[in-house]
Amino acid sequence: MTKEKREILIFFIFTLAVLITPFFLQGSYFLNVLVFIGINTMLAVGLNLLLGYAGQISLGHAAFFGLGAYISGILTTRFGLDPWFALVIAAVANGALAFVIGFPILKLKGHYLAMATLGFGIIMFIIFNETVAVTGGPSGLSGIPNIQISSLIFDNDLRNYYLIWIITLLVMLFSINLSHSRIGRALRAIADSEVAARVLGVNARVLKVQIFTVSAVISAIAGSLYAHTMTFISPASFGFNFSIELVTMVIIGGLGSIYGSFLGAAILTILPEFLRVLRDFDIIVYGLLLIIMTMYMPGGLISGLTRIAEFIVGKIKSRGARHA
Amino acid sequence: MLRLDKITKIFGGLTALTDVSLEVRKDSITGVIGPNGAGKTTLFNIVTGLYTQTSGDVYLGEKNISRFATESLAALGLVRTFQNVELFGKMTVLENVMVGLHTKSRSGIISCAFKLPGQIKEEKMIAEKARHWLEFTGLIADAPNSANNLPFGKGRILEIARTLAVEPQLILMDEPAAGLNSQETTQLAVLIRKIRESGITVVLVEHDMDLVMDICDSIIVLNLGKKLAAGTPREIQENKAVISAYLGDS
Amino acid sequence: MDNSRQLFQYILSGLSNGAIYALIGFGFAIIYNATGIINFAQGEFVMLGGMFTIFFLAFFHLPLLPAIILAILFSTIIGIAFERLAIRPLKNATPLSLVIITIGASILLRGIAMLVWGKDTHAVTAFSGNDPLYIAGATILPQHIWIFAITLLIIAANKIFFNYSIVGKAMRACAYNSQAASLVGINVKTMVLLSFVISSAIGSMAGIIIAPLTMTSFDVGIMLGLKGFCAVIIGGMSSGLGTIMGGLLLGLLESLGVGYISASYKDAIAFIILLLILFIRPEGLFRTKETERV
Repeated sequence: MTKEKREILIFFIFTLAVLITPFFLQGSYFLNVLVFIGINTMLAVGLNLLLGYAGQISLGHAAFFGLGAYISGILTTRFGLDPWFALVIAAVANGALAFVIGFPILKLKGHYLAMATLGFGIIMFIIFNETVAVTGGPSGLSGIPNIQISSLIFDNDLRNYYLIWIITLLVMLFSINLSHSRIGRALRAIADSEVAARVLGVNARVLKVQIFTVSAVISAIAGSLYAHTMTFISPASFGFNFSIELVTMVIIGGLGSIYGSFLGAAILTILPEFLRVLRDFDIIVYGLLLIIMTMYMPGGLISGLTRIAEFIVGKIKSRGARHA
Repeated sequence: MLRLDKITKIFGGLTALTDVSLEVRKDSITGVIGPNGAGKTTLFNIVTGLYTQTSGDVYLGEKNISRFATESLAALGLVRTFQNVELFGKMTVLENVMVGLHTKSRSGIISCAFKLPGQIKEEKMIAEKARHWLEFTGLIADAPNSANNLPFGKGRILEIARTLAVEPQLILMDEPAAGLNSQETTQLAVLIRKIRESGITVVLVEHDMDLVMDICDSIIVLNLGKKLAAGTPREIQENKAVISAYLGDS
Repeated sequence: MDNSRQLFQYILSGLSNGAIYALIGFGFAIIYNATGIINFAQGEFVMLGGMFTIFFLAFFHLPLLPAIILAILFSTIIGIAFERLAIRPLKNATPLSLVIITIGASILLRGIAMLVWGKDTHAVTAFSGNDPLYIAGATILPQHIWIFAITLLIIAANKIFFNYSIVGKAMRACAYNSQAASLVGINVKTMVLLSFVISSAIGSMAGIIIAPLTMTSFDVGIMLGLKGFCAVIIGGMSSGLGTIMGGLLLGLLESLGVGYISASYKDAIAFIILLLILFIRPEGLFRTKETERV
């Protein structure tokens, strides 16, 4: 089986699993968690395009998520726009913003890029909090309408599950396709050696800004969907900690691995449910995860577990051979 | 083919190159030699747009490329390799060469993400051509391997294969034989000749004098940022100024 | 008269905050120059300094001076542990993984601080009372004087250490060229460790002297750390005059911004300055542009 056919098969199986899962679940609690996993997967995959493919860090991605949510929320509650239309405007506005700030920001490298994106995230967070007249400030924005397709209103967990996951699957497919294309290769080349990529004619500057823009658009779509499924948003969901959480999802799953991003998103969405006893102390776990993963499993869980499995299988085989 | 006109480069207060003028004939193999610190790599960095010269001009054919950005030179047919091999380590050998076909393809993010028909056709073309260049350089057996796992000598060849995929007019090679054993160096000489025969001009910076004298048609000697001499290998070998510069009693 | 007195107050509090930012900035610069790492956990040492002091004061009822000394000692031990456990084992780490590891350490330290000391805000008693002094009609708190004095002391000690002591010179040699330094017999690993020791000590000191004025809690490290970073960026990553100027400038702009524009955007001011500097003059305001050699 060629690599490409295997990829298609894996995606097909994954899609099938996503589509039938609700039939095996009782009660809306699990569905609700799965809706969040979907949104977080979308965000992690979007960030992975930038972080995993192009090797450019962003510590401010929660800002794009928040901006998407707020644009959608404000346009629907204050101006009565249709949620779909608001989603499109949120995506376009985020893309435009990312494109404009992308040129100066992505000129920076490594630590400087990290600090600049972090600064951007915090500025946006302050704006969400302080422009009370527009955003409702720290107490949030409520009464955001659900998304609607003619008479079908996405107002329960099952409907939201399918809405979110179909879009998440599209984003995943989009990212997988991108990875095996000239753009994906050029991005990975930039991550490995920007100067060598440029010598081969890759316009690193423009390409980085383009993928930053795409990533911001995906985050905006996730933000908009989040606003319309939650019907309530507040700045607390879009702060520095969430930016770090997103980076953690990508790192846990593995840089450049799309299914890894799903895994990372799933783990970081479920973990707090188990860590509820710990309440706010879950950040200790995130801190440990970040350090340990980066030190001992830099390829992420999927490739790390594969390697461990191969190692064990190898051990067993060699032992078997010795006994024989 | 390539002409440098009075190139001067000053770093802070340090002058790395002073008024270097030179010309590289089309379809030749030209060697740039000189003791360490002579300014050879600086010269390459200026030609490929990684550094901006303090004064002077660079011409590719008739075109003044002095202010061109690195990434726009590939489309004009000017590429280079690096002294400390800059492979895309996390990609396969084949993919490394496929990146070299970036300027030969057009699909943007949208058509790549949605696999539009034109993009699928283009991907086929890219893969085919990349295989061709791996065959040309003798690396085809390694195509699916990770570039990181390639032995050093093959890594150097892969870097050349990648630049060939750009279908350049001119390749600058920065110490292509550094770190190679004698057998690999011989193979490299064969490959460089083969590249020249296919109509590509080669300029190389090299310390391996046997290789330089063997394959170069003409040689340019730099010393302390100045052009010391230029000529055929035989002329250079007999040049008194060159001999004294290398022996260090000038 | 009232206006000018108010202005003086803004300037005073701006300068004292600025001095703190400069000290935190020093911590960044010392590690960066020795290792090329921007330590995102730098701000947590500032937090640890303040929190440890409160801990020793309130829990063991120690007098102020021993509490401070112990706080610096414990923060520094944590700095050493951080270097040993998370930085030294790394080989050929990319800037990306270093960013992630130091961020991981930062939230880990913050989380542990919250676990141990809770989420409350604490106040450290001022070093020598809260009775304001009157100078030319304006008031100045004794703590301000402490801040300026200790900052000056640290700056002077820094200067003497790096310029005149053999160890300080060795550290600078490592910053300049670690390979060459190791060839002449300097133990680069020790120098890296030492840079963590010095910067966590300075960071915790900064946290201790500011705590009586601003209160402290487990999460003060993020903002203070980032502002220290802003100061050192303005100063062009030096542990010298540039960063002091950067810190003071930032403190002043913040304080005047709060006084004359709006208090709600106080923190935004630092980040807007940070972004502007990074976009327009990433080499800092006080440094001549150098050509990078590839």
